[in-house]
Amino acid sequence: MSFSLLFFIVIGAISLAAAYGVVASNLPIHSALFLLTHFATLAVLYITLDAQFLAATQIIVYAGGIVILILFVIMLIGSERIENQGPYRTWTPYVAMFLGLILVITLAYSVMTGQQFGTPTLAIPDGGAPPVLGLALFTQYILPFELAAVLLLVALLGALLLARRSKIETK
Amino acid sequence: MVPTNFYLILGAMIFFIGAIGVLTRRSALIILMCVEMMLNSVNLTLIALSHQWGNLNGQVFVFMIMAVAAAEVAVGLAIIIAHSRHTQTTNIDEINLLKW
Repeated sequence: MSFSLLFFIVIGAISLAAAYGVVASNLPIHSALFLLTHFATLAVLYITLDAQFLAATQIIVYAGGIVILILFVIMLIGSERIENQGPYRTWTPYVAMFLGLILVITLAYSVMTGQQFGTPTLAIPDGGAPPVLGLALFTQYILPFELAAVLLLVALLGALLLARRSKIETK
Repeated sequence: MVPTNFYLILGAMIFFIGAIGVLTRRSALIILMCVEMMLNSVNLTLIALSHQWGNLNGQVFVFMIMAVAAAEVAVGLAIIIAHSRHTQTTNIDEINLLKW
């Protein structure tokens, strides 16, 4: 077994364990910390796939931005244990199992019968280093890039508007 | 050299765990986290295929997905905050304003 394969298996196992922790832990704050671990392991996997810029972006955007935002919200509204309280729809787990089974069958079928990939022949020059990706973003993909900027502005204003206390409430 | 299939299988497993979380957990916050996880598994798949074919388009897609995910989580958390101010809960079984 080569070193890179062993590394992939270890990191992938940590990633899966963290993903399971997000789903299975009782307190939302534990889920958020497991989510942080999960994002970090994914960043490591991105580096093994020659996507250095995206690995850095993953850490900055997800670990530095999204998880911190989720932690702030958990601390704002409190992280009570809310599972199995209040009205509980008893049929939901069965629907979940049924849909999950369909998903497993579809994925297993596509993995079994799908294309077998050989070793990558065409390497990207410089991998996913910032200059290469930036050149693609600012020439070929300039319109989606600008639209993403507009989207982020709209999301910023929307989040401000939604989370703001109304004047009647603060009086 | 790790075969690309392994990355795709790992992405599928993470997507599956996230889907289980979305369908079974009751806390709106944890559901949002599971949605983020599912988006990330798709990112992993796109980057693995981008590496396989030596094509940068996959990485550009991932960049756009990250922008959309950031926007989505900001608006989603704002909605959760606004709603929990009125009802003091984030349990999605108690968030049932719409009648049918």
